[in-house]
Amino acid sequence: MTNHWIDLKNADVILIMGSNAAENHPISFKWVTEAQKNGATLINVDPRFTRTSSKADIYASLRSGTDIAFLGGMIKYILDNKLYHEEYMLNYTNASFIVGKGFGFKDGLFTGYDEKKRGYDQSQWAFEMDDKGVPKKDPTLKNPRCVLNLLKKHYERYTTKLVSSVTGTPEADLLKVYKAYGATGKPDKAATIMYAMGWTQHTVGVQNIRSMCMIQLLLGNMGVAGGGVNALRGESNVQGSTDHGLLFHILPGYLPTPSASIPSLAVYNEKNTPKSNDPRSANWWQNRPKYVVSLLKSYFGDKATAENEFGYGWLPKLDDGKAYSWLDIFDTMYNGKIRGFFSWGQNPACSGANSNKTRQAMAKLDWMVNVNLFDNETGSFWRGPGMNPAEIKTEVFMLPACVSVEKEGSISNSGRWMQWRYEGPKPMGNSRPDGDIILELGLRLKELYAGGGAFPDAILNLKWDYLTNHKYDPHKVAKEINGYWLVDKKIGDVTYKAGSLVAPGFALLQADGSTSCGNWVYCGSYTDKGNMSARRGQEDAPNNIGLYPTFAWAWPVNRRIIYNRASCDPKGQPYNPNRWVVKWDAEGKKWVGDVPDGPWPPPQNPDGSPNEAGRYAFIMTKEGFGQIYGPGLKDGPFPEHYEPLECPIEKNLVNGQRMSPVAPVYGTDADAHMTCDPRFPYVGTTYRVSEHWQSGLMTRPQPWLLELQPQMFVEMSEELAAMRGIKNGERVLVASARGEVKCTAIVTKRFKPFKIGGAVIHEVGIPWHFGWRWPESGEEESANLLTPSTGDPNTRIPESKAFMVNVTKL
Amino acid sequence: MAKAFFIDTTLCTACRACQVACKQWHDLPAEETKNLGTHQNPPDLSFNTYKLVRMNEKVIDGQLRWLFFPEQCRHCIEAPCLEALGDPGAIYQDPDTGAILYTRQTRQADADAIIESCPYHIPRKGPDGSVSKCDMCNDRVHNGLLPACVQACPTGAMNFGERDAMLEMANKRLEVVKAKYPQALLLDPDTVSVIYLVAFPPENYHEFAIASREPSGVTRHMALRKMVRPFAAALSHLG
Ligand code: SF4
Ligand code: SF4
Ligand code: SF4
Repeated sequence: MTNHWIDLKNADVILIMGSNAAENHPISFKWVTEAQKNGATLINVDPRFTRTSSKADIYASLRSGTDIAFLGGMIKYILDNKLYHEEYMLNYTNASFIVGKGFGFKDGLFTGYDEKKRGYDQSQWAFEMDDKGVPKKDPTLKNPRCVLNLLKKHYERYTTKLVSSVTGTPEADLLKVYKAYGATGKPDKAATIMYAMGWTQHTVGVQNIRSMCMIQLLLGNMGVAGGGVNALRGESNVQGSTDHGLLFHILPGYLPTPSASIPSLAVYNEKNTPKSNDPRSANWWQNRPKYVVSLLKSYFGDKATAENEFGYGWLPKLDDGKAYSWLDIFDTMYNGKIRGFFSWGQNPACSGANSNKTRQAMAKLDWMVNVNLFDNETGSFWRGPGMNPAEIKTEVFMLPACVSVEKEGSISNSGRWMQWRYEGPKPMGNSRPDGDIILELGLRLKELYAGGGAFPDAILNLKWDYLTNHKYDPHKVAKEINGYWLVDKKIGDVTYKAGSLVAPGFALLQADGSTSCGNWVYCGSYTDKGNMSARRGQEDAPNNIGLYPTFAWAWPVNRRIIYNRASCDPKGQPYNPNRWVVKWDAEGKKWVGDVPDGPWPPPQNPDGSPNEAGRYAFIMTKEGFGQIYGPGLKDGPFPEHYEPLECPIEKNLVNGQRMSPVAPVYGTDADAHMTCDPRFPYVGTTYRVSEHWQSGLMTRPQPWLLELQPQMFVEMSEELAAMRGIKNGERVLVASARGEVKCTAIVTKRFKPFKIGGAVIHEVGIPWHFGWRWPESGEEESANLLTPSTGDPNTRIPESKAFMVNVTKL
Repeated sequence: MAKAFFIDTTLCTACRACQVACKQWHDLPAEETKNLGTHQNPPDLSFNTYKLVRMNEKVIDGQLRWLFFPEQCRHCIEAPCLEALGDPGAIYQDPDTGAILYTRQTRQADADAIIESCPYHIPRKGPDGSVSKCDMCNDRVHNGLLPACVQACPTGAMNFGERDAMLEMANKRLEVVKAKYPQALLLDPDTVSVIYLVAFPPENYHEFAIASREPSGVTRHMALRKMVRPFAAALSHLG
């Protein structure tokens, strides 16, 4: 989230699309409700009428996998009707930038496409530079190559008529949504978007979100109270685990994982540190080398020296051009090239796309360690449906972990708040905190490597001193993440003492090895004043918009709304004085309100003259502007509608490419996929219910929750049920090219057939929480037996929200 | 001072936290359910289910509505079940909170008469013949806590407090809600301690959302006598 949960109450319009907040983020609805009580309009767009829809002022349906068409139509509507916030757009976005001659778009392809590589040469999409190396701009917005005009041209095709024939949304409903949302382009109005996996789990996942970012930038909704782009995280600590480098392509703090072709820290820094020639661009990532060195110091302690590049050589490296995501791991495992596997706090036999492939892949392992609260479909995969235990050689070890409430530590919620939690009851039986397990694992590895082995340096040099009284100490880890001064250092008038915690924040981190920091975005979270995340202050900030700055701690530097300088006009005065976030106190020469995005003054003095000390608002982008044109993604600088890998129509109605030309496609015999095949005529999608959580491991064995949602179900329209002779409550079989699942039919008015390109298309939906271990009948299986292994080219998240199925009576 | 609930169904998202919280506080066993083609589960109140969120799909004026009704005992101010039985050892009213409370002694009473007397079809018989229902979490309330269901509710649909305050809250909210839903009304507010606000005529939510219209048998007659006034009031709300 750029904003945070409480801030939802400040919105004039809330769009819930690609998420089902009432069911899957029930507490968020406290704030949605609050906004509605204040007069906000709630819009919900979803293939199915959900519990969220039941509370919406405007509901519109759409076929799964067509969000870009829907949002592209909204962009066109905003442009056609000039609903954008022009001053904001000019001051804070790249709308006026001139795009270089290399950029073009034809027939669904951007320039630079290489069919063999299924990829683009992104360098063709660069901006035109002036002689100082700064992007050229046309503030009159007349240049046909300026971003705004290219944007207009790109979305010219997205008429409501065309959009409706792609999405199946009635035109009147499209217009209702566009009008209500577009009305927030006024300086004193704000709209927010709440999205989740309904947007991310597609071959165009990142571009779905990009579309919305562009809309938010056009309407001036970024950085303001009640605005922003807000991802609703699916676990209490998904934000934290992402921040701390859970994904293969980033180290903690969003530092790119080095690749094998980058031989030295110097080259790494050269490659990954953006340079801006515009003195007024803060270009915050220019500080990256400080964060990398501080991280290395935190990993390797005294062993990391300037001479050995702070241990850069000990970091694991990626092979160039190779991805190591979930899909790729299980593809490699399926191909027999992975021998051992730690399945830690997860249940891949149920939770990943194409579970049959995943389960087969695990049968090719020598060993697997299952670290979890309970045994699950993963640990017991060898005795699951269709498996012959006698033939499976994989040795499985179970390490029981304790549950979150039995241990101390922090979680970071969707709103980037790091919140400390205390230990409740003691861990049950011989279960232990994950931290204990991983720490001991590290110590044992060190012992083993002490006697030699392949490349022992990385393990032996690891600073691994988080024990207190022989036990994992979460405070030591939290302090390590915050970072220490490692030598006495004088900066300005202040001398920082070796051994003290770095505070107030990452602006102090150094590239010379004098600081350590486990994650620069968390610098300032645990200081000599104490554990900031354990704070529970109840007082609001002076702007009274629900920031509660002394409750827990938010990254970065306790900023509650990021890009908040964009909530002000160029003189630093709020566009909406009634819900201001920050404002410039010209006399005191400081910002007041939320922690601003950097201390610099606003770009203009009170008399309107430019202030050279001022900086542009979007400090994390190289140029300092919000990116309406985004040349950094693998699939193009403007989002374009492509059909999912499996879809119900032969032809993309918007362009000549049926599916994303750069989405990964896997080729094993377990990766079958079918499009427009009469055997799988219906669109299928997956979702969650309030009553179960994730793959269901923590909820399916819970009788009170199982009572509420006892069985795998499939929701379908009355029309489809009538056509297939299916009665409500009857068991049916749902099948895709990859697997089949028995479900109880819920025949409902809440699903309606879509009219797509003149044809009637049906969609059905299934929850993904089930698996054969619980309930005890063993009859309720995972929806992911049906989903395909393909995904987004940027993130490689699987496309589990749109695929093709059949439904038959049992 | 008598307590009351105000349940604003226009805010209810059917998250069913209330339903689970009720089971948890009372340590009631889960029922073995099946999916019967709806998300509502268990299908009905039972001896072990005091709170049930009813879910109904209705097309009203051409628009699809999914209506949620978190149902429980109304703790009638003059409770027909209490009067029907006339045995304070088995059913009594807590003078402090207004809760209508059943004891184990309902086992010796005429369970069917108790059940029959309730105009909201609430009490349910257990295997041993005793009768159970929502107890207002009277133990919690006496200890300064909110009822478990109210405590768990994330949206503010469930509210609990002094009767006057709840009535005031209900009437204020009714005025607001009416702007969006002109047919909105409070259900039997004068005679019960659990006051529902609904956006559409009550029969869309549940057959027994308001005091039942067609009682039969002597005890039901007695109940009806008590209920005639609010029943008429509800009808007049319906216009
Ligand atoms: S609702 Fe029924 S059970 Fe509850 S107090 Fe009234 S009559 Fe008795
Ligand atoms: S008041 Fe207590 S007993 Fe009654 S429904 Fe709520 S939680 Fe259950
Ligand atoms: S807890 Fe509140 S919102 Fe959830 S079902 Fe119960 S009354 Fe409705």
